[in-house]
Amino acid sequence: MSNAQIEIQLIAALVAIACALPGTFLVLRKMAMISDAISHSILPGIVLGFFLTQDLNSPWLILLAALSGVLTVFIVEQIQKTGLVKEDTAIGLVFPAFFSVGVLLIAQHANDVHLDIDAVLLGELAFAPFDRLYWGDMDLGPKSLWVISTILLGTLVLLITFFKELKLSTFDKGLATSLGFSPVLIHYGLMSMSSVTVVGAFDAVGAVLVVALIIAPAAAAYLLTDSLKTMLVLSSIFGVVAAVAGYWVAYALDASIAGSITTVLGLLFFLVYLFAPKRGVISVIYKEKRQSIEVSLLTFLLHLQNHSQEEERHVNHLQEHINWQRVRSKSVLDLALKNNLIQIDNQVVFLTPKGQEFTDEALRYITTNKETAIEELKDRFFLFRG
Amino acid sequence: MELQDFFTNYTLRTITLGTALLGGICGMLGSFAVLRKQSLLGDAISHAALPGIALAFLITGVKDSNLLLVGALVSGLIGTFWIKGIVKRTRLKSDTALGLVLSLFFGFGMLLLTFIQKLPNANQAGLDKYLFGQAATLVEKDVWVMAIVTGVSLIVLLLFWKELKLLLFDAEYTKTLGFNTRFLDILITAFIVLAIVLGLQTVGVVLMSAMLLAPAAAARQWTNKLSTMVGLAALFGAFAGVFGTAISASSNNLSTGPVIVLVAAAFVLLSFVFSPGRGLLFREIRFQRNRNTLKEKKTLAFMHQIAQTHEDISHPHAIRILNNFQGFTRRTLKKLEEQGLIQIEGQMWSMTPQGYEEAETMYSPNTPEHE
Repeated sequence: MSNAQIEIQLIAALVAIACALPGTFLVLRKMAMISDAISHSILPGIVLGFFLTQDLNSPWLILLAALSGVLTVFIVEQIQKTGLVKEDTAIGLVFPAFFSVGVLLIAQHANDVHLDIDAVLLGELAFAPFDRLYWGDMDLGPKSLWVISTILLGTLVLLITFFKELKLSTFDKGLATSLGFSPVLIHYGLMSMSSVTVVGAFDAVGAVLVVALIIAPAAAAYLLTDSLKTMLVLSSIFGVVAAVAGYWVAYALDASIAGSITTVLGLLFFLVYLFAPKRGVISVIYKEKRQSIEVSLLTFLLHLQNHSQEEERHVNHLQEHINWQRVRSKSVLDLALKNNLIQIDNQVVFLTPKGQEFTDEALRYITTNKETAIEELKDRFFLFRG
Repeated sequence: MELQDFFTNYTLRTITLGTALLGGICGMLGSFAVLRKQSLLGDAISHAALPGIALAFLITGVKDSNLLLVGALVSGLIGTFWIKGIVKRTRLKSDTALGLVLSLFFGFGMLLLTFIQKLPNANQAGLDKYLFGQAATLVEKDVWVMAIVTGVSLIVLLLFWKELKLLLFDAEYTKTLGFNTRFLDILITAFIVLAIVLGLQTVGVVLMSAMLLAPAAAARQWTNKLSTMVGLAALFGAFAGVFGTAISASSNNLSTGPVIVLVAAAFVLLSFVFSPGRGLLFREIRFQRNRNTLKEKKTLAFMHQIAQTHEDISHPHAIRILNNFQGFTRRTLKKLEEQGLIQIEGQMWSMTPQGYEEAETMYSPNTPEHE
């Protein structure tokens, strides 16, 4: 591995962590799309900063860009407060307008500088090692490494200092307010932090990858854990893994680093989305199916209890009596048999004493509406679950 | 640029027609997106279309814009349904799902695009116009495609008008009436995706969401009726297209897409402020008027208290004694007098029987209030 390769991976990994931390809160606060808005609306800030300083590396650029990010959030909120449109519409109106202003400003005045929209939107990590910081004659490493390290450090300090406040205001805004924390202050603090992170990161990886790095790791982590701290750690890990793996995919394909990091993130998220133990799609579908069979089973048992005539309980007639498909009636019958809830004599179904007891208790729970108890009830009676 | 250029200059005419059509279809379908609270769907879909464009090129090897549109349509639809899947099956909320699909699909598209650029078949030039949009690349064929899609979506909207309207405002009820809500949902979503894909080439990925939202958001302020809103939105969209094209053609270095978006944003701003029913200006005036009425009523109530202490309700009192109550001015007193509720003579006021009665009934909940 060459020096430049190590530097690129280091920058990518640091960017990933710096994005994942605020991303966790944005996802939890249902404000993920704000990051997309910010990432586009910082454009006029950057352009203006460039006009004022004539220097693409001035810290003013970062400041002004972050400011226009926060301004977007503020305008969105003001529009939303008028009640004329919903929040998402407000977001969708504001950032394209900002972006348009930025694009027009560039086209009008800055055509000759390297500030082109492609670079802003897409970023190019591969060039990061060429833009180095010197102190006297000493090479201090790539500039973006310094920028992103500073931002990450700032994020960490703020995160540790205000962890309690952030946590509380994220999960219980009302309680936070009544305890005297200002949700507005925390909100804008988080927004400013996100803006600065987006600005610092987009220079290296582009606007769209910033959004991916903010949302995807946090979203994947949220499907795996209920603890905020674990979620922060997990999303950072996902980000770093995708950054490093993405770099090597790009190396192998000779393609955009930002694009391949995003693609790896996409795969990571997709795997979690499918296979997360409790909240993945597969386990959710499995659970839904089981629940629907259990409901059917209960309906079936109640039917048995209510009908004493033999013909109502004949295996072959069940379908027409309860109106089920053949497959479903069979799986319900099997489940009931396996758990010793019914007995079949001469093709006629009877409730066993155990089945009778189960049905009675279930009926009592249903009529008294104690939903929580039904899970426990099932645990007591079921040996096998369908 | 002269006005007649619109009719004689082929390029300009094509672009104007194209952007007008695009604005129209976006306004029309955007109304549904806005009312269904899917405003940011446009943003997500326009990004999600990118890998489809790249894959269509990779598979076919030709840069035929209709083929690329099909690719964009397919990946846009996949993105949309994944968003729905994420929201339905996991605890992630719609904003997270939108952001995920948006950024992940776009990133994958970028990967493919840069991969294509490395291929020896250097036919790929121009694929990136889908990123930023170039209205100037519109040709008559594209305008025809837009016209056809606009026509078809108009017909579909008219055919399913009642059902779609019902679905918008009460999805559950629509279901219980036996309509296939799933089919309707897919139908309207598919057309929204189609409109977005059409616009990519003209205004680009980022600005597409504004094209979809702005005309609808502006139209929403002027009416509470769906049909009027859809019509107005189409009109606003078309106007934004025409004006935007005209402005950008009048000066160098003004890209068409951003100008159109800014014109549309100006429509929104004007509507927010000046629409009579919901606009901020008239709302403020209404508030002010209500506040004044409230002040008058407060003054009247206070007078009523004083008048109660006298046997003769029209016993005159000095205006001075109202001083410890702040809610009156010369003007409000004058107004009260005009309404015949009080009488003023010099520095003295007295209540009329009508005013006394008005004050009596003012706070009683049982009397019907006149607005």
